[in-house]
Amino acid sequence: MDVALGLAHRQITVLFKNPSLFIPPMLFPLMNFMAFAGGLSRLRHVPGFDFHGGYTAFQFVFVLLQSAAFGGVFAGFGIARDFERGFARRLLVSAPQRSGIIAGYAIAALVRWAMIAVVLTTVGLIAGMKIGGNGVDLFGMYGLAIIFNQVGLLWACGVAMRFRSVQAGPLMQTPVFMVLFLAPVYVPLDLLSGWIHAVARLNPLTFILESGRGFIQGEPTQVALAFGLAAALFVVFAVWARTGLRAAESSG
Amino acid sequence: MTQQIWLIARRSIVRTFRQPGTWIPPLTFPLMLMAVNSNGLRAATHLPGFPTDSFLAFFLPFSFLQGALFASGIAGVDLARDIDTGFLNRLALTPVRGSALLIGQIGGAVGLGALQACVYLGVGLAFGVHIDTGVAGAFLILLLAVLIATGWGTLGLWLALRTGSSEGVQSQFPLLFFATFISSMNLPRNLIEVTWFRDVATINPVSYMIEGLRSLVISGWDAQALLLGFGFTLAMIAVSLGLAGRQLKVRMART
Repeated sequence: MDVALGLAHRQITVLFKNPSLFIPPMLFPLMNFMAFAGGLSRLRHVPGFDFHGGYTAFQFVFVLLQSAAFGGVFAGFGIARDFERGFARRLLVSAPQRSGIIAGYAIAALVRWAMIAVVLTTVGLIAGMKIGGNGVDLFGMYGLAIIFNQVGLLWACGVAMRFRSVQAGPLMQTPVFMVLFLAPVYVPLDLLSGWIHAVARLNPLTFILESGRGFIQGEPTQVALAFGLAAALFVVFAVWARTGLRAAESSG
Repeated sequence: MTQQIWLIARRSIVRTFRQPGTWIPPLTFPLMLMAVNSNGLRAATHLPGFPTDSFLAFFLPFSFLQGALFASGIAGVDLARDIDTGFLNRLALTPVRGSALLIGQIGGAVGLGALQACVYLGVGLAFGVHIDTGVAGAFLILLLAVLIATGWGTLGLWLALRTGSSEGVQSQFPLLFFATFISSMNLPRNLIEVTWFRDVATINPVSYMIEGLRSLVISGWDAQALLLGFGFTLAMIAVSLGLAGRQLKVRMART
């Protein structure tokens, strides 16, 4: 636990001292939110659009999950950078319990994303986002986003520890980007057609996204399935990150 | 002068295409986004007043613009690296003229822009997009796309000369990305419901570049859209070149 807290403290300090590391991950979801919620709100008039909480809330949930996932991925860049600069190797030598390293990066990723989530929520509220759900519903929505943030971090952590180079950045980002955009981003699932509908139906994020949207409009849906899938992803990628750590250890 | 431009442009083109990591992502990312968005937003064609029943045809022009945006990053980062490694300083000791340097340096971005334009147009046609203005329109699309890549590439040069570092150029990328997002990329301006977004999209030159290309694909020969599209693109090239030229003098004076 000492390793985890110490490393998390260091990562957060580095983040605050380098605005260039902090601002882009903050701006990206905000830009998407403005572009999607502002530019596409007319889509709520498409026949069959059955989300009643307004288009801003509809997009907010997607952007919240996107920011959570990319918050984890951007933290993965930090891990790769630590390997390139030799810090991570010194950490491997000095840490009495090495799984604490993953936990430390995970705590830092969560704190980093929490700040983004606060800004995003504030902007959403200023933009007139309607919240139909109660406190428990919102807890559920943010809970899903927290798990998704950790899933993003664990995925990127596994990649970073295997490649130990920032050049693996596209490998961390691209699959996450594809999973995100192969979900019902702009309209509900039923309004998608063709191959993207078939893919979205199999995409675990679809259920997490739809559940999050259900929470924000106060009509929870597929809650057990969404949390079950999120938890399963968490377990799978925790194993992925742990085996990545083992690969880093054995590489010397 | 022509010889100088050619030598620097050739270096820029070879440098860009020698590294697959430099040109493959800018080529494929807009295609991925086109595939996802043209299907994910297909429902928008059911909106009353939407100008076409193919969202792919509507969205295709944005790919040219997004590709051009990546080209700006390549041109900027390459020049920033030249500043960083001292190549620009060594070049300053030769008789190369500043204007030749600037025009030549965007060679890689223009070459990539031309390749992207051909690929995107080919993919669009292969997936059933009908170009309303025919073969002549298709050539005009390629011309405008290459000019747009030149404009964004020149902007990248100015950013590189201003910041002097590849990190500095890359840190501006989200802002440029934002400029393309707050436009009529996803919906025609008259269908954008949120007033502030519609107003920003209306004063955003990117909207007119997209609409110029889009008019050739979906609405036939539209003189106004073409004039605005070409006009804003040429203005962007002129302004960015002017700014880059001034910045080049400042940088040379510093060194």
